[in-house]
Amino acid sequence: MSIDTQLFEGKLIRLAPIDHEKDAEVESHWTHDLSLSRALWRKPAMPLSIAQMKKKYEAIEKEIDESKRLFHFTLRGREDNRLLGFVRIEGIEWTHGIGSLKLAIGDPVEREKGYGSEALQLILRFAFSELNLYRLSAVVGEDNPGALKFFLRFNFVEEVRRRKALLRDGQAWDSIHLGLLRDEWLAMNLKEEDRHEK
Amino acid sequence: MKNDLLTGELVHLSAENPEVMAECFSRWNQDTEWLRLLDTDPPRLLSAKKWKEWLEKDLEKDATDQVLFAIRTLVGETLIGFIGLFDFYHQHGDTLVAIALGERKFWGNGYGTDAMRVMLRYAFNELNLRRVGLIVFEYNPRAIRSYEKVGFVSEGKVRGAMLRDGKRWDFLYMGILRDEWLAKGIMTS
Repeated sequence: MSIDTQLFEGKLIRLAPIDHEKDAEVESHWTHDLSLSRALWRKPAMPLSIAQMKKKYEAIEKEIDESKRLFHFTLRGREDNRLLGFVRIEGIEWTHGIGSLKLAIGDPVEREKGYGSEALQLILRFAFSELNLYRLSAVVGEDNPGALKFFLRFNFVEEVRRRKALLRDGQAWDSIHLGLLRDEWLAMNLKEEDRHEK
Repeated sequence: MKNDLLTGELVHLSAENPEVMAECFSRWNQDTEWLRLLDTDPPRLLSAKKWKEWLEKDLEKDATDQVLFAIRTLVGETLIGFIGLFDFYHQHGDTLVAIALGERKFWGNGYGTDAMRVMLRYAFNELNLRRVGLIVFEYNPRAIRSYEKVGFVSEGKVRGAMLRDGKRWDFLYMGILRDEWLAKGIMTS
């Protein structure tokens, strides 16, 4: 990569700002499948109306602007610009170069198509090459084995298991903390380049 | 009269007015060793006035999802530190706990360990939590020993989460489940 590399452009998707007018309706629809919210947050999952979603967008952009500790991007189809999901780096501590990652593909029919993988690669490059973070964390519930497998595939390391920290569907699940260091990401990229040259 | 649930062998936990805690926080925060054992944020040396405003804002919030107690000695009623719950999720029965003794001459004499035992009893017997967790920095072995004594076990480490004095340090996560706490039989009667 070099200074003319477009950091937000992938092959299938791109990272883009929130569209306050158009996105709220799509995302309100997604929130009516509570599994997405359950996978991302620990607070009780609730569906959000279009009006509530618009308010949430205001709050997100206010936090980006005021806290300086949050980046929140929408994921959109590269060709048709349709909203596919979002990705965010939150809880950034600049002093220590750390942050925490969340990634979502909203509509279940859009999953398993490579959008999430490409979004992760874009956000990792952004976190390590632009924000200069030292490490990124991601937290997944034991009740979401797909997410765990996803992050492990990209060399995230399981670091912490907060035993029985989630109570869902009458069952207690571990909260699993994963981490990826910049050096590990760089080593992974070098291997990729090697593979392409051969 | 002291409420037994909040009284240990060396200390009791109490609720204090903002101006009382504000004076302590402002003073304790000038001790960088103390603050670096407690927090990842760089010291900002906020005034007692600013701390008071911050604590008063806290007063307006819903008291059921935050707990901040002062730690006072049973002998002499000296205010030596604080203990609080954060990242508190009722529906999961899970919280993190943070504790710090600002008055240095009370370090290393079992006051913190006693305060933590009292807080666990409150968390499990009154709040009915299922587990309590905490984060401790790799360079704080005295705290780790204290937490182990109370029954916390290691749940893993966040690699290199902190950069201080040119070195990378881990965050250690520890936790205790209600069942483990009951099995230890400490202060349950």
